[in-house]
Amino acid sequence: MIYVKNLCKQFGDNHVLKDITEHIAPGEKIVIIGPSGSGKSTFLRCLNLLEQPTSGTIQFDGTEITAHGIDINRIRRQMGMVFQHFNLFANLTVKKNITLTPVCLKLMSEAEAEQEAMRLLERVGLADKADNYPGQLSGGQKQRVAIVRALAMKPKLMLFDEPTSALDPEMVGEVLTVMKELADDGMTMICVTHEMGFAREVASRVLFMDEGVIVEQGTPDKIFNHPESPRLKDFFGKVL
Amino acid sequence: MENFMDSLQTGIYQTFILDDNYQYFLNGIRITLTVAFLALIFGMIIGVILALIRTSHDQQQPGKRKSAILGILNLLARLYLTVIRGTPSMVQLLIMWFVIWASARSSDRNLIICAIMAFSINSGAYITEIIRSGIMSIDKGQMEAGRSLGLTYAKTMRYIIVPQAFKNALPALGNEMITLLKETSIVTVIGLKDLTKGAMIIQGKTYQALIPFFAIAAIYLAMVMLLTWLLSRLERRMRQSDIR
Repeated sequence: MIYVKNLCKQFGDNHVLKDITEHIAPGEKIVIIGPSGSGKSTFLRCLNLLEQPTSGTIQFDGTEITAHGIDINRIRRQMGMVFQHFNLFANLTVKKNITLTPVCLKLMSEAEAEQEAMRLLERVGLADKADNYPGQLSGGQKQRVAIVRALAMKPKLMLFDEPTSALDPEMVGEVLTVMKELADDGMTMICVTHEMGFAREVASRVLFMDEGVIVEQGTPDKIFNHPESPRLKDFFGKVL
Repeated sequence: MENFMDSLQTGIYQTFILDDNYQYFLNGIRITLTVAFLALIFGMIIGVILALIRTSHDQQQPGKRKSAILGILNLLARLYLTVIRGTPSMVQLLIMWFVIWASARSSDRNLIICAIMAFSINSGAYITEIIRSGIMSIDKGQMEAGRSLGLTYAKTMRYIIVPQAFKNALPALGNEMITLLKETSIVTVIGLKDLTKGAMIIQGKTYQALIPFFAIAAIYLAMVMLLTWLLSRLERRMRQSDIR
């Protein structure tokens, strides 16, 4: 589904990603872990070109999205993204947050989009919040709405950028539950997270990144129970 | 004391009643409001367009090829801002009337249009920066969220960023509106009979100063208070999404 080839990203003199090559197949649930500043978020943001790679190519569904003259907006419709800080549109109600894009891009009629929004909100248990503004929701509720907003575009792939890092501890569970359900439905997911429990349970493959490279990868069992590289062992020594 | 009361009475009589002098105030209010209101509308149009040019130029993704057209437009916008904000509005008005409109007959209509043009261009520069500060006050996550869903830069601006920016900029915009309304009093220098000019004419005719000038001060104050009230109502309505 996604082929990343020799991806490099630098900010000034700072090499954040160093020559990453990776393939992600449909249906995979990738969890990316690693210390902060290791480039995991940048890697994720390069996949939908929120960050412009310095060099290298990314292929999504047979299209080289890093090529010149590609309509990235069309590609992004198929990749949902969930952010650490939710980024719900503050000036719109929950329902409008979800329906704005499909209606604006003429993918659905107003009525269809509304119906779909309510169906999805029902699924995450927030149907009663449809007419509230984001400011009235708790962090966990905001993040669930953000997931629904991305899902309303019927994406083929979901990117999660530390979706639970800004949440109060007691709200992490509700968001992870929604993500697990999504994984069970067969959604292809790439998730940057510090939730090791989630990685262990849901991931089909775990990537450990440090200093701009993927140091080690494998099944959760291999990564968590039999880590090989000293850097990964050291990392677990600090977080587990 | 009695003397003072007497002279006050004469003052009021001569200022308002004699020769139907109150007409100067009514016409003056009409002209002042017309100039201020239309200059505000056009200034707003200029401001929003230039603010969008300035921010979309500054927000181009690093690493991507920069747009040449945007570069030129941005340069022009910055030149405009520098010149307009760097020169007194009275000088701009004088240039507009005595240089650019030099061949025009000094009818009320011409003077009003000229004044509206001068004040639109002047106010547009300040409104540009006000709107731009509003846009920059919006968390960049809002733009990223819009773009990540597949919305274009323009659509995200239109539906997400600008409405929020406008709300944040409203207090500063209100300030600019008040300034503009009062600033229109300088049109007296080109001979347009606005509210201030009306009072000056009455002073010339009757040698009364106290009543005419205090009267227009009160009228300006009342207009500003009305404007402030309208703005606070608008602000309250736009704060709807802030309820917690």
